[in-house]
Amino acid sequence: MALKEQFEIPGGLKKWSYALMGIGVVTLLLGIVFLHPFSGGHGEAHGAEAYGATKFWMALMHNSIFWLLVVTSSFFFIAATTLAQGGWPLAFRRVPEAISGNMNILGPVALVILLAYVWISKDHHIYHWKDVEHVQEDHILKHKSGFLNPVFFTVLSLAAVGLWLWFRNWFRKNSLAEDIAGRGDHSFYWKSLAIAAAFLVTYGLTVLSTLPWMWLMSIDAHWYSTMYSWYTFASSWVAGISLMMLFVIYLKRLGYLEFVTEEHIHDIGKFMFAFSIFWTYLWFSQFMLIWYSNQPEETKYFVDRVGVAWEGGPFKMIFFLNLIINFLAPLLILMRRGSKRNYGVVIFMAVLIIFGHWLDFYQMVTPGPLKELGEGSNTFAHFAYSLGIGAGFVGLILFFTAKYLTKASLLAKNHPLVKESVIHHT
Amino acid sequence: MSVKKFVVGCFDDEKTLFPAVKSSRKEGYKIHDVYTPFPVHGLDHAMGLRETSLHTAGFIYAITGTTTALSFMSWVFTKDWPMNIGGKPHLPLPAFIPIIFELTVLCAAVGMVLTFCYLSQLAPFVKKDHFHLRATDDLFVMPIEVTEKTNLEEVKAFLQNAGAVEVFEKEAETGWWVGRYDSDKKMFEKEEIVTA
Repeated sequence: MALKEQFEIPGGLKKWSYALMGIGVVTLLLGIVFLHPFSGGHGEAHGAEAYGATKFWMALMHNSIFWLLVVTSSFFFIAATTLAQGGWPLAFRRVPEAISGNMNILGPVALVILLAYVWISKDHHIYHWKDVEHVQEDHILKHKSGFLNPVFFTVLSLAAVGLWLWFRNWFRKNSLAEDIAGRGDHSFYWKSLAIAAAFLVTYGLTVLSTLPWMWLMSIDAHWYSTMYSWYTFASSWVAGISLMMLFVIYLKRLGYLEFVTEEHIHDIGKFMFAFSIFWTYLWFSQFMLIWYSNQPEETKYFVDRVGVAWEGGPFKMIFFLNLIINFLAPLLILMRRGSKRNYGVVIFMAVLIIFGHWLDFYQMVTPGPLKELGEGSNTFAHFAYSLGIGAGFVGLILFFTAKYLTKASLLAKNHPLVKESVIHHT
Repeated sequence: MSVKKFVVGCFDDEKTLFPAVKSSRKEGYKIHDVYTPFPVHGLDHAMGLRETSLHTAGFIYAITGTTTALSFMSWVFTKDWPMNIGGKPHLPLPAFIPIIFELTVLCAAVGMVLTFCYLSQLAPFVKKDHFHLRATDDLFVMPIEVTEKTNLEEVKAFLQNAGAVEVFEKEAETGWWVGRYDSDKKMFEKEEIVTA
């Protein structure tokens, strides 16, 4: 049979991506006009107005970090399955390859946002540690300043994102070269294994350990948790799997990816289910230990979110909604075999999980800086603002994933494990 | 449990086994079971076996574990023997969750293993007839049950045509028994001499 190997972008997808990017740009412009991102800082009056810049940068950081980690995790998926010599994802591997192409756009975007905040913005409510005078007075931050300082932040962020991009593009180049070379040349395969291994080490030293401490945990700079990076990773990883699922089903519905069957969908569904549970495990391990030991400096993190027994915090609803969406829903809905093979259920769950983990990142980023606002802070307005910026990022991902999909055949047909994927069944 | 009569076809390759299984179902023969030296992918579908309900059993065991743990601990710490542990509430749910989880897993795992053993009639000292010794070595063995309507010669010819390397009749106990294989041999008068 003739395969539909060449993806053509349908008009609907283009329209949607332009519309979403439009929303994002409008939201961004509104923020620049009304939230004064480059004003603020010491000496000016505190209060609700001084937090305009904080809200602006928070929304940008929340979204750029979340979406960057999500698209990066789709390359992590490729690297992990490649290194494990797993054959089954080969039928749709060009899809995560295309999604990870977004790293080329979102990586620089996230770096610009983070570095602009650290070096240019005068606001310091998000990263307290970037304020040099304040750090001198703060015993804990002074102690941590070897790690938490603008220079090291810049170096580590640039190095991490740079290395990810380098490995991703090298892998992609290798994969495309394999398409041109004849069948039976296994040198590309062994090379892809080596690249995957090297990337996984880099990924382990950045996303799985240091980077979330620096990018996200340092928002609550006095507080720390060693589980934090794993927890962040689990969040972005399960969202990345769900994003991949959405694109695979979308292409399948359009008549592409002929070799992808219910069996492949079932296996991606298993990943969604399993890593939702994995996320919950990490979330709970972090929560339970802190709750049980009951040390004021540790419980502070959760007090800012859920509040205390006699008074709920402003993020109480989001905190529990997060658990319902990311744990209870996947557990109860995705547990049955039939539901993992049902396209409708799986699409619904994938959208829900991506939104859920976006919400999870929201409650990781926002409560820290906003807690000082107290009464009168309009958290709903901020939520809506973050959602608008998020729409822009979704638009970017739709647009560039489609673009990267058109750049290569949808099947890596010369890969030695393709047959294993075609005959795959669970 | 009863002793029944079978026509046993032995195949030396998966490639001949699969068409044989399919065509014997098409012919309407009753396949008793297929004994293979290793798990054969897709054979269950070819034989038309229904999906196992072991997972449903597992879910029920798991829920039993969850409710047991939760209700017992709640009862102990609120009604039977309330204790003040580090100023925690009397119903400290987060602290209960690891134990609830452990008991859920324990009940599900042990329950499913036992159910699996029961369903596949595996237990210490329990014996079942395998029809051919080489079924555990290198032969795919497919016994076809003989009913009063079955034409013996026709079945034999059919199996020969399907590519069986060895065809023989055998009366065998279909259920399990406790004991030994060799003493059991005396139970049957018409015992086939197995040729390797």
